[in-house]
Amino acid sequence: MKKLFAMMLVVCMLLAGVSALADEPITIRVAHIGPTTGAAALYGLATLHGAEIAAAEINAGDGPYHIELINQDDEHNVEKVINAYNAALDAGAQMILGTTTSKPCEAAGAQGYIDRVFFLTPSASSTAVIEDKDNVFQICFTDPNQGLASAQYIAEHNLGTKVAVIYNNADVYSTGIRDTFVAEAAQRGLEIVSETTFTDETTDFTVQVADAQNNGAEIVFLPMYYTPASLILKTAADKDYQPIFFGVDGMDGILGLEGFDTSLAEGVMLLTPFVATSTDEHVVSFVNQYQAAYGEIPIQFAADAYDGIYILAAAAEKAGITAEMEPEEVCDLMIAAMQEITVDGITGSMTWDASGAVTKSPMAATIVNGEYVFED
Amino acid sequence: MIFLDNLINGLSLGSIYAIIALGYTMVYGIAKMLNFAHGDVIMVGAYIAFCGLQYWGLPPVIAILAAMAVCTVLGVTIEGLAYRPLRQAASLAVLITAIGMSYLLQNIALMIWGANPKFFPPTFINSTTFKLGQLNISSATVITILANIVIMVGLTLFTAKTKMGKAMRCVSEDRGAAELMGINVNRTISVTFAIGSALAAIAGVLLCSSYPTLQPTTGSMPGIKAFTAAVFGGIGSIPGAMLGGVLLGVIEIFGKAYISTELGDAIVFAVLIVVLLVKPSGLLGKPVREKV
Repeated sequence: MKKLFAMMLVVCMLLAGVSALADEPITIRVAHIGPTTGAAALYGLATLHGAEIAAAEINAGDGPYHIELINQDDEHNVEKVINAYNAALDAGAQMILGTTTSKPCEAAGAQGYIDRVFFLTPSASSTAVIEDKDNVFQICFTDPNQGLASAQYIAEHNLGTKVAVIYNNADVYSTGIRDTFVAEAAQRGLEIVSETTFTDETTDFTVQVADAQNNGAEIVFLPMYYTPASLILKTAADKDYQPIFFGVDGMDGILGLEGFDTSLAEGVMLLTPFVATSTDEHVVSFVNQYQAAYGEIPIQFAADAYDGIYILAAAAEKAGITAEMEPEEVCDLMIAAMQEITVDGITGSMTWDASGAVTKSPMAATIVNGEYVFED
Repeated sequence: MIFLDNLINGLSLGSIYAIIALGYTMVYGIAKMLNFAHGDVIMVGAYIAFCGLQYWGLPPVIAILAAMAVCTVLGVTIEGLAYRPLRQAASLAVLITAIGMSYLLQNIALMIWGANPKFFPPTFINSTTFKLGQLNISSATVITILANIVIMVGLTLFTAKTKMGKAMRCVSEDRGAAELMGINVNRTISVTFAIGSALAAIAGVLLCSSYPTLQPTTGSMPGIKAFTAAVFGGIGSIPGAMLGGVLLGVIEIFGKAYISTELGDAIVFAVLIVVLLVKPSGLLGKPVREKV
């Protein structure tokens, strides 16, 4: 009986080998984990939809790999993300495209480090996401990088010297960007005239805005997601205060906020590697497909996840991943392959080092008439 | 000038707490239960008004009336289905039911309206800004404060002068004796919930006019702060809720402005603890003597 079993196994393996030789595409199973419900659902749905479009494109093409996408919802919650991660592995995922947001990604990535599971996060940008974990790679630039680049941009383009910073001191994303921004601002001769904080539950920003206004800030730096940012813009408008508001990638999505008066965001600047109004051929094709499928303009998170699927396919090809491999085996092969590939995506040309951080150059966009316009 | 600016911001925030606290304190005063779902009825009211304005194109006043109607029905239904069967049960059971109801409402809202935040459209409430020298005062602040005063006076007159108001005070004083006197206790409590929920709809619209992001959890934090305000002012007392709410808002803003933005909430709750230690029945609450 054992012998028979062994022989069957051999035959199976031979068949598998033959099928690979016969140019049958190999299907790798990728789990998308992100908040598709809950307060951060806009981001999770964006990454899911971006990944779905890329997977459909790859599966329709004649490349050596096909992608089977498994979706799990983490509700932007550090406990639920572990359930989502376990459910993804139970469903046969070999690698993870995720998670979308920083805090859950830290938790799931750490578990993945113990279990040896490969993570490529489209948009979790805190350094803690990749710190001390060789299995997690990023597509977006890290928070320190965003803070650094923002201060550089403000100084180099002479937008002003008096800066106010409002940040969420209950969120690693916000504090991470704030720390490097403040450090770099000091180097660049920018003066921080007001620094105030808030937490996730805050809805009243009158004190923070008044402090910036009374201290004569010409620029208000907003390292946060768009929901509190929309309240700050509203409060500033009520107070007749018109500085330059400078956001980071979390600001992306503010124009999609239902009922939002986009004139409040007029002139807001933000760092983003992706602009949906770009005339780049690849971007136009992505935006058109996204609009046809989901009826809205994709945000940066969608573009990051779209690139993510292509990155995974490229790394899998480099590493020679097969459909039969277990996540543990896949993990080490992918880690090695990631450091060798260069991917030209819609969010720029990207390379990675062993830390898992991406190298690409951020660009600044300004909101004009309810649309992003690239500066340079 | 900065002081005045902060004072106005504090009054504006405080009057929103006060209007929510009125709902808590009224239900507590009469039904002797903490309706923790009150914050979520506010959220539902805000969503209905949002739908009225954004999707159905209703004029603001009609949208607010629609929200009040839906909330009234919702409040009476919640009371009838969830709280009435527990009238004789331990108060802890009712409290837990109320918390459960709060989560139920949040999740139903999540199913209907989704998780993406909505931005409450501007209406006559927050369309203009008054300028007084260097001060900018949003019309939402003025209208909220006015609405507060009108509602407080109205409620006080209602409970003092009308037949139903008298019945409410009787039920509040001694439910058993009120029943013996021929007062329909269930009907009285239903009417209390109806009024409280209609006020919740107004509170929801005013809340979202000042702080326009609307999501299923919008009601929870203001709900907790308003509950704090109600306890602060003396729960069960209508002027107490008003005073507690306004003071709490002013303390929160001043704490943030002059001490630290990081400690804003901590200061609010620390004040509550101090008040409860010094005067456990709250600022305007009646001390209750208990025979041992």
